[in-house]
Amino acid sequence: MSEAVPVLELRGITKEFPGILANDHVDFDLRRGEVHALLGENGAGKSTLMNVLYGLYRPDEGEIRIGGKPVVFHSSKDAIEHGIGMVHQHFMLIPVMTVAENIVLGDEPSENGVLLDYGAARGRVRELSRSFGFAIDPDALVQDITVGQQQRVEILKALYRRADILVLDEPTAVLTPQEAGELFEILRTLSREGLSIIFISHKLNEVLEIADRITVLRRGKLVDTLPAEGATEAGLARLMVGREVLLRVEKTAATPGEPLLKVVDLHVRDERGIEKVRGVSFEAHAGEIVGLAGVDGNGQTELIDALAGLKRPEAGRVELAGRDVTRDSVRAHFDDGFGHIPQDRQRHGLVLEFSIAENVALHEFRTAPDSRLGWLHPRTLIERARRLIREFDVRGGGPETHAGALSGGNQQKVILAREIDRDPRVLVAGQPTRGLDVGAIEFVHRRLVEERGEGRAILLVSLELDEILSLSDRILVLYEGEIVGEFPPTVSEEELGLAMTGGMHAEHAA
Amino acid sequence: MSETVRQLPEEQLPVSPSTLERYRILQKAGGLVAPLLTVVLAFLISGVVVLLTTGSVVDTAKTYKGIFDGTGLDWFFHVGSYQIGVPFTSARVWFPWNTNDISSQAAANLEQTLLLWTALVLVGLAVAFAFRCGLFNIGGQGQYLAGSIAAVLVATELPHVVDLPGVLLILVSVLGGMLAGAALAGIAGILKGTVGAHEVITTIMLNWIVIWVGSYLFDVGGPLQTKAAGAAGAVPASTDIPDKAQIHVFWGDPLFQGLDVGFFVAIASLVVYYLTLNRTTLGYEVRAVGHNPEAARYGGIGVARNYFLAMAIAGTFAGLAGALDLLGWKFREDITDIQSSSIGFIGIAVALLGRNTAIGVGLAALLFAALQTGTASRSLDPSIFPPELASSLAVIIQGLVVLFVGADVIILLALGWLRRRRPQKAATAT
Repeated sequence: MSEAVPVLELRGITKEFPGILANDHVDFDLRRGEVHALLGENGAGKSTLMNVLYGLYRPDEGEIRIGGKPVVFHSSKDAIEHGIGMVHQHFMLIPVMTVAENIVLGDEPSENGVLLDYGAARGRVRELSRSFGFAIDPDALVQDITVGQQQRVEILKALYRRADILVLDEPTAVLTPQEAGELFEILRTLSREGLSIIFISHKLNEVLEIADRITVLRRGKLVDTLPAEGATEAGLARLMVGREVLLRVEKTAATPGEPLLKVVDLHVRDERGIEKVRGVSFEAHAGEIVGLAGVDGNGQTELIDALAGLKRPEAGRVELAGRDVTRDSVRAHFDDGFGHIPQDRQRHGLVLEFSIAENVALHEFRTAPDSRLGWLHPRTLIERARRLIREFDVRGGGPETHAGALSGGNQQKVILAREIDRDPRVLVAGQPTRGLDVGAIEFVHRRLVEERGEGRAILLVSLELDEILSLSDRILVLYEGEIVGEFPPTVSEEELGLAMTGGMHAEHAA
Repeated sequence: MSETVRQLPEEQLPVSPSTLERYRILQKAGGLVAPLLTVVLAFLISGVVVLLTTGSVVDTAKTYKGIFDGTGLDWFFHVGSYQIGVPFTSARVWFPWNTNDISSQAAANLEQTLLLWTALVLVGLAVAFAFRCGLFNIGGQGQYLAGSIAAVLVATELPHVVDLPGVLLILVSVLGGMLAGAALAGIAGILKGTVGAHEVITTIMLNWIVIWVGSYLFDVGGPLQTKAAGAAGAVPASTDIPDKAQIHVFWGDPLFQGLDVGFFVAIASLVVYYLTLNRTTLGYEVRAVGHNPEAARYGGIGVARNYFLAMAIAGTFAGLAGALDLLGWKFREDITDIQSSSIGFIGIAVALLGRNTAIGVGLAALLFAALQTGTASRSLDPSIFPPELASSLAVIIQGLVVLFVGADVIILLALGWLRRRRPQKAATAT
């Protein structure tokens, strides 16, 4: 595998944005036929480096060499011409066009230079798809195929443009475990065919599974490039974060107490009148974390909304510590000991234009000592914020800093602080670590386990299987608005993945 | 790029805040600069209009000097040795400015400017308060008229029922005006909160309802037209309010639209506006809803309730303006005034230029009030600038100010864009 000349070399790449050194003399090389993982936390400079490679940014210093020859890219077009193909995290596909049309878009085979030769396009897509073992129908509309297949379309798009270097930006973020497994198979086939692959990720287990070599970036600097063989998750995490990180949350066995949250045969419709929650029943007890797993869009949002009082259920009952709260307002829920970490922290969890002090007062500002007779006491708000900032290690500002100025991890800490400080009996956490980096994830996880120890009932709704598996004491799987299975935390990812995609459901039905 | 900035590790964040925060800082820094620049630009471009009309630079300068003197703001520069009466006593003490509006034209002009300022502050606050809740209140005009109609009704009809002392009658009439404004705007708030009807549409429609109901009431033969001897059947206006319902004029002659104590009510309203928004739980809710209604809802704040409250409070300010104007210097409602008044719309410009802050609204109202009185035909030399064009000039300048207020965001964005371009160019050069 080791050749004299790497297919791609980045030498001393430096890219500075106002106030930030996004890449600081980064070296990177890619050998023919290898999968080279680029690992780092959010903001470590992975995306910047790849955007430099793809011609989207001009580096301030450094050079790019393809096959040993220095090149200068003025745009992504130049990069494509040099055989670089990029699969972005968010797909750049047109939903109403067919797979074949999407793939040839921008480089269409034509009749007489004017009309699209759809037959030729189809033929070439079919041929490509067959030679790399992609099971994909060129005539299907992109909007009708699964996310995993859409990703394959993106890969085909790059191959169609004769890419021999493929860059994948966080490719598994949108996939189920099964789909991720299929993607890895495809990547192995491609690398056997001689393609060189750059695999960007912040997930350690994936990187260890798929990569031949791993390059770790931290705060814009190259930390190390090492072979995947012999590397460990803990070792990589230390390189990424720069300190020891607890990957698996240390937790003792749960000692569940009385049931605090009881849901009985709940039915909820969404705005369009479609029934998204179809007869869900479960209990969460004091001192346990119940994980709710499921692929996005299977009724999680509607279920949480109904629990929080944001949405009236069609039928069914929600009990909070023995009290029926089904028809209570959002505010009444909070007053009755309900805590809620919304799934979308920027849209639903925080008023970004408000200061930290104002944000943490969201549930308390109406009552003394925050206010008396409708008159606010700003000093009380600020005192509380100062205490919570210390307690929850919120960095990047003081009580009067606007929430919008904080990083994602610190925004989430502000929400955690606000919800936990009210000593809720039930805490519903919707995707509490979405988009956070390893360090912040560790904090949120540790804190949730601590709160379990305080005797709260915690409902963890997450799309991340790792998170569900490492935190939950019991796991429920939500599929098409129904709970299709309950598992102990020792369940395998595969079994859970199967249930999440309806496998269990079919079994039940059979 | 903004993505990169936002995802930075926490330790580095104070040094490089998010795009949103940077924009906020920019706006804050531009807080005084941008509106000032806006006004200067508007005056410069209007100068071209004046230049084209008069055909001479000297005459343009004279016209602007005439406008300035017409505002009465030159009063502050005429320092001398005068006397002023001490309130509530008959004593007179030394004062550096001439408060006698008969011997000083500047004083008379300034009274006019401040009288208009009083109303503009209040209609400006009516727009600004709704704005802080994320609502665009175009209905200031209707709320203002509703306030003045209610005030005239109470002030003329109540004395038939019960004989109140003047101060009480004024108080009740003003409250009636505020309530009418609140009720009218509240309708738009309720519609927004319950069925989601857009407040721009509903407030505009409510404006027309008030204008035509008012016209009907006071028109010749209308149910509330004046019954005064001689006037009946001829004047499309209400009965005059009784003398005791007139608000005390503390500067100038009540017969010549002197400045009444409503002026101090406007100042107090600015303070009330600031305190309500920033120091009360109500203001907290209104601002939360204004910034992010979804987050407010998730936090348990009633969004619909706040839409109603914010509109009702906005209407209260506008209704107050209408009532004070009526009891302070109009003394009766007259349908030509109902149909031609546009003060509520200038209120929109005041709020925009004043960035919905108390101080901003106060300053912007002063600018627009001064413009209005300064371009009144009597303050311009007819041999230099045609008096019939004078009020158009005021509208041109106002229009330009509003245009540039909208553009200052573009200016800020352009500045940011230039700043981003520069490092890239530097990189290209190397």
